[in-house]
Amino acid sequence: MIKIHSLSKVFHEGTVNENKAINTINLSVKEGDFITIIGSNGAGKTTLFNLISGNIFPSTGRIEINGRDVTKDPEYRRAAYVGRIFQNPTMGTAETMTLEDNMTIAYYKGCKGLRKSLNNKLRDFFREKLSDLDMGLENRLKDNVGLFSGGQRQALTLLMMVLSKPDLILLDEHTAALDPGNARMILDLTLKYIKDYNLTTMMITHNMGHAIKYGNRLLMMDSGEIIYDIEGDTKKNITKEALINKFEVIRKKEFENDEVLLS
Amino acid sequence: MIEGILVEGLIYGIMVLGVFITFRVLDFPDLTVDGSFPLGAVLMAVMLIRGFNPLVGFLAVFAAGFAAGTVTALIHNKLKVPNLLAGILTMTMLYSINIRILQNRANVPLIRTETVFTWITKLFGGTVFEGTALLILMIAVVLIIKVLLDLFFHTDVGLTLGALGCNEQMVITQGVNPEVLKIVGVGLSNALVAVSGGFAAQYLGFADVNMGIGIVVSGLASVMIGEFLFRSNRIALLTLRVLLGSILFKGIMYLGRYYGYYIKMTPNDLKLITGILIIISLIVSKNKKMLTLLKKKEAPEVLK
Ligand SMILES: Nc1ncnc2c1ncn2[C@@H]1O[C@H](COP(=O)(O)OP(=O)(O)OP(=O)(O)O)[C@@H](O)[C@H]1O
Ligand SMILES: [Mg+2]
Repeated sequence: MIKIHSLSKVFHEGTVNENKAINTINLSVKEGDFITIIGSNGAGKTTLFNLISGNIFPSTGRIEINGRDVTKDPEYRRAAYVGRIFQNPTMGTAETMTLEDNMTIAYYKGCKGLRKSLNNKLRDFFREKLSDLDMGLENRLKDNVGLFSGGQRQALTLLMMVLSKPDLILLDEHTAALDPGNARMILDLTLKYIKDYNLTTMMITHNMGHAIKYGNRLLMMDSGEIIYDIEGDTKKNITKEALINKFEVIRKKEFENDEVLLS
Repeated sequence: MIEGILVEGLIYGIMVLGVFITFRVLDFPDLTVDGSFPLGAVLMAVMLIRGFNPLVGFLAVFAAGFAAGTVTALIHNKLKVPNLLAGILTMTMLYSINIRILQNRANVPLIRTETVFTWITKLFGGTVFEGTALLILMIAVVLIIKVLLDLFFHTDVGLTLGALGCNEQMVITQGVNPEVLKIVGVGLSNALVAVSGGFAAQYLGFADVNMGIGIVVSGLASVMIGEFLFRSNRIALLTLRVLLGSILFKGIMYLGRYYGYYIKMTPNDLKLITGILIIISLIVSKNKKMLTLLKKKEAPEVLK
């Protein structure tokens, strides 16, 4: 479903600051895959997502989604089938606008016309979907989203993304900015949506336990490369220690991410 | 005098609606306004002198203003120029274009030319005072524009335009091309500004290529004055606030013009006063923001 062919991204090419953030990555994602991605800070995980979503363009290589070459497609066009959630819960919604306005914008992706979609029927539909979140948001359609907590906003972002039925979702540490309780809640909601809607998912996490526990495939990245790629039983049975050990054997250096060890 | 302030406030209010769209809705501080306001005025004047129907004139003026905004948006989009600079570029180019529209003159009088104002005065046939006739016309016009604008901001594209100024990434994530939206928004804004210029020329009885100097600042001052009146997240109230702000601003300027000489002020000081008004507004709203921030810190649980 997604095919990435020898993808590279060099920042500040030809200057002293030249930085090869993604180094000839090849990757093939099947429909229904749930891939977790780990790697130290600066490994290139976010850059990989930026390339897939079209936020930045590769220096070399090709990206195919559903058999179509999208390498040159701008981000807004790819957004029709790639959903993305950021670490920052404010990134997914417009805080100066009401909940119902936000949801109307997200209701269908792509070019907007001069028609008025928001009516009472649509409001009922929104209320029904919001009540699934169990946060009481169904009674706050006319409240500005800026009044909601980070957890509520991230839940809303998830819901808005799911409404547009994306082919692929990219989650970039999307619970990292939340307190433990909210992080748990958002993670559970994510897992539920992935299951209910059979979403093809790539999830970056700094929590090695989560990376092992969830999904059917695990990628470990370092210095712009995918250095370890396991799925099925191999993935299910791996331990944190084995992963760290693997990293040190492959890279011949110490795994320096404290966060990972603590989690 | 009150009628005069109201009529002027409404005429310039159309321009302030445009400034509101760029500065507040789109978060795109657009200085094209200083050029598109006289653009509307000179184009309207020339068309009226040539004997065009004022309605045709307004259509042309709307289109010309939209085109001016489109140029600014395109410079910003395609050349990745900051929006302020893009607006200044268009504004500067418009200065020459406006002189060309006036056939190498800097101004043109509109005496003995049929305008919407002479038309409305005739229509009432002396049953009401001239000032009242103008006021009725402007209230009707501005009301129609305001309602249309409110409706527009409730459509899907209007809502998305609102989101653009707040969170561009969200708009992209929802599959909308922000460049197109900017053309729509900045275009619409300058179309309104030009229409306002078209009315101003007919009201003042002349068009002058210099009549745009400082217009954007007075528009911004009006927006900010309006913001002190009340708070809302409903577009119908926000546009109403803009118009009230514009009328209040004209009132303040009137006071400055007619009573200012007691403190040795001349009409030339009005731009200085306008700037000081904005600075005061900024200081007051900054302190207000600090207050609400402080309050938020005290009661974070309420917001959860
Ligand atoms: N827009 C950019 N311009 C220049 N360099 C960049 C840019 N974005 C990322 N980089 C560089 O690319 C490298 C990879 O960064 P990236 O954000 O992808 O890491 P990451 O794996 O997401 O790290 P983290 O776990 O800290 O989020 C880093 O060296 C970073 O400094
Ligand atoms: Mg990252």
